[in-house]
Amino acid sequence: MSTQILMPALSPTMEEGKLAKWLVKEGDAVKSGDILAEIETDKATMEFEAVDEGRIGKILVPEGTEGVKVNSPIAMLEGDDERSSSPSSFQGKPSSRIEFGGGDVHSAAKPLPEPLRGSTSSGKSSTGAFASGLDPQGQGGKTLTEPEVPEGTEMVTMTVREALRDAMAEEMRRDDTVFLLGEEVAQYQGAYKVSQGLLEEFGDRRVIDAPITEQGFAGLGVGAAFNGLRPIIEFMTWNFAMQAIDQIVNSAAKTRYMSGGQMHCPIVFRGPNGPASRVGAQHSQDYSAWYAHVPGLKVIAPYFAADAKGLLKAAIRDPNPIIFLENEILYGRSFPVPKLDDCVLPIGKARVIRPGAHVTIVAHSICVGLILEAAEKLAAEGIDAELIDLRTLRPLDTDTVIESVKKTNRVVTVEQGWPICSIGSEIASQVVDKAFDWLDAPPTKVTGKDVPMPYAANLEKLALPSVDDVIAAAKAVCYRA
Amino acid sequence: MSEPRKAVVAGVNTSAPAANSLLLKTFYSDMLLIRRFDERAGQLYGMGLIGGFCHLYIGQEAVVVGMQANVGPQDQVITAYRDHGHMLACGMDPKGVMSELTGRASGYSKGKGGSMHMFSGEKRFFGGHGIVGAQVPLGTGLAFADRYQNNGGVSLTYFGDGAANQGQVYESFNMAQLWKLPVVYVIENNHYAMGTSVERSSAEPQLFKRGVSFNIPGEEVDGMDVEAVHAAGRKATEWCRSGNGPYILEMKTYRYRGHSMSDPAKYRTREEVQTMREKRDPIEHLGQKLISRGIATEDELKGLDKEIRLTVNMAAEFAIESPEPELSELFTDMVA
Repeated sequence: MSTQILMPALSPTMEEGKLAKWLVKEGDAVKSGDILAEIETDKATMEFEAVDEGRIGKILVPEGTEGVKVNSPIAMLEGDDERSSSPSSFQGKPSSRIEFGGGDVHSAAKPLPEPLRGSTSSGKSSTGAFASGLDPQGQGGKTLTEPEVPEGTEMVTMTVREALRDAMAEEMRRDDTVFLLGEEVAQYQGAYKVSQGLLEEFGDRRVIDAPITEQGFAGLGVGAAFNGLRPIIEFMTWNFAMQAIDQIVNSAAKTRYMSGGQMHCPIVFRGPNGPASRVGAQHSQDYSAWYAHVPGLKVIAPYFAADAKGLLKAAIRDPNPIIFLENEILYGRSFPVPKLDDCVLPIGKARVIRPGAHVTIVAHSICVGLILEAAEKLAAEGIDAELIDLRTLRPLDTDTVIESVKKTNRVVTVEQGWPICSIGSEIASQVVDKAFDWLDAPPTKVTGKDVPMPYAANLEKLALPSVDDVIAAAKAVCYRA
Repeated sequence: MSEPRKAVVAGVNTSAPAANSLLLKTFYSDMLLIRRFDERAGQLYGMGLIGGFCHLYIGQEAVVVGMQANVGPQDQVITAYRDHGHMLACGMDPKGVMSELTGRASGYSKGKGGSMHMFSGEKRFFGGHGIVGAQVPLGTGLAFADRYQNNGGVSLTYFGDGAANQGQVYESFNMAQLWKLPVVYVIENNHYAMGTSVERSSAEPQLFKRGVSFNIPGEEVDGMDVEAVHAAGRKATEWCRSGNGPYILEMKTYRYRGHSMSDPAKYRTREEVQTMREKRDPIEHLGQKLISRGIATEDELKGLDKEIRLTVNMAAEFAIESPEPELSELFTDMVA
């Protein structure tokens, strides 16, 4: 039986090549691994090996021939029996379907019964998400509802720091696979005292001091999550997580997708994000937009203590990798928190924290404090602002923002991050896309300035968004001087 | 190849029982399957049926086959992107692997992963990772989970001589020894990190010594001899299972093909490759041993080759005929 030897593609881009030299002649016996010819691709001269055993029959393309198309026959191979199967026969008539032997492979005929998510299920228009790439964030058409706080529930005042600690402690009590790993989280009680008391209650099996080795322990956490645990990885600050961003993006965020849904990565990466005070450029950066950009992650950035607690509990229970962005300055602020046994909040739901009629102001994390203050002052000047606390940055609750903008016809976004490709940029784009006809003014961003954070007190102040910046932007979109 | 050497850190019992006849035959058959599979993969790449990057394991078969004989269903395996051999050695179906290579719905990752990104929850194969060295902290984390749950599992974490110079490898070594994690670091030293030889990239080319400053025992193994690999692997896995912490095995091996399909391999001579093929080939070597010890006849081995070629041909045919993923798969499996 004779088969054709075909011109091979020897690079991802090769379409044709030069048959530079034959290293065998007609009649030669060859076995797999023997070099048959040298072939010049678009990039290099490559050796071409035999795969099957046999005897070289007729050489169809003489050496020195240029422009030989990939997959065209270049020689014949005379085989001794059927084991030198012809590659070209693969492309011939379809034979009967071969049944799949493996247990855990999804056969073509029977796709996984995974519910279809993203835009295809949200019934979007003909351009659809394949073209626009909008809202494939995995929230689908799910309606998220806030758990009701029963009337008469006692409210206790606690700091954001205590709320975060309580969230971890409660989840560690209910699930032995939850553990906390990070620098200074155990014996030191946390660099910012967020993990105070956890070592005492849970012991050093579950509250673990890591060496200063962010890439290593972030990756270790991801591996532990693949293998059945629910790690909480604390970064002393998110600035240091840049050492680990490959593990967060390439390993944590993408593996479920790359594995066709087989691998699970229930992990929470948490720690303080954004500028603290007078710590300079390398320790003062807002990563909100960085992580919100990445498919496969969920990104949470709360302001209030109750949200910090309810969302961290949700994050720890969530089956996906979560980026939980805290804020050092907020750790010490106190807020009322409902005294409930198990209050878990929905991820992906923004909240209108002040209803208003004239302008929508959107913020997350510490900037929620700015807009609350700005709204008071604006009210005194007759501008009634509606305030939205995003709470989650991915999936972004665009619906709540759009609904508000359709009412107020104006939107201002506020954040500490840099202006280019910021959270505000994304909201502006979404508002223009989905509520263009309702707008009475261009969407306006208030952001950190487009510079590394300076150290000098006056320059640092200038680099960050202020209450006055918010007021000025709100007035501008309302066309008020 | 000179006598295997050991890093002077810990006293480890060097005696390990030899593999029995049945096991040797299995080794032969498993290595041959990987060889024939990757030969066919290279051919399908040449036909344009496999795209992108495709890293063949041809020449290194003894490493993964010898190691995998020491692990069971409670253990984990993770490696980088030269992963076809590891998947087959883990018992994954050649059809599922080949149809992932061709990017079809019936592939292990539904066609969304490709050659470098394949997984099997059932076979506890954790990938298939494309960033050099990134699988090392991940494998260490797999072992962390075993230790946390005290379940007796061991994690085999494979990486190459190139990855051995990545910082995160040493971050992992440190934590693994600090917390006595049951992980065997298998360094597959095929002598070339893409086109750069170990001598040109490594201040200390004896990679088994890389654990010395963490007190991790390490030893050099003839990675072209499946029996030597098997014996070393048994010792290392038993070390880990007994709660002693991690172990490093440096497998001296060789890849016959280029780094990837598009590598013309001009950094080494044709004679070097041919010498390895002719004198050190792990399959040829074991085949001769099976015959000389009377474990198998030449005809039996030929028959086995025929069977394996048939299996591989069926896998290739399946991989070519299977449909591509549905377009709706674009947005699935992103978040749970």
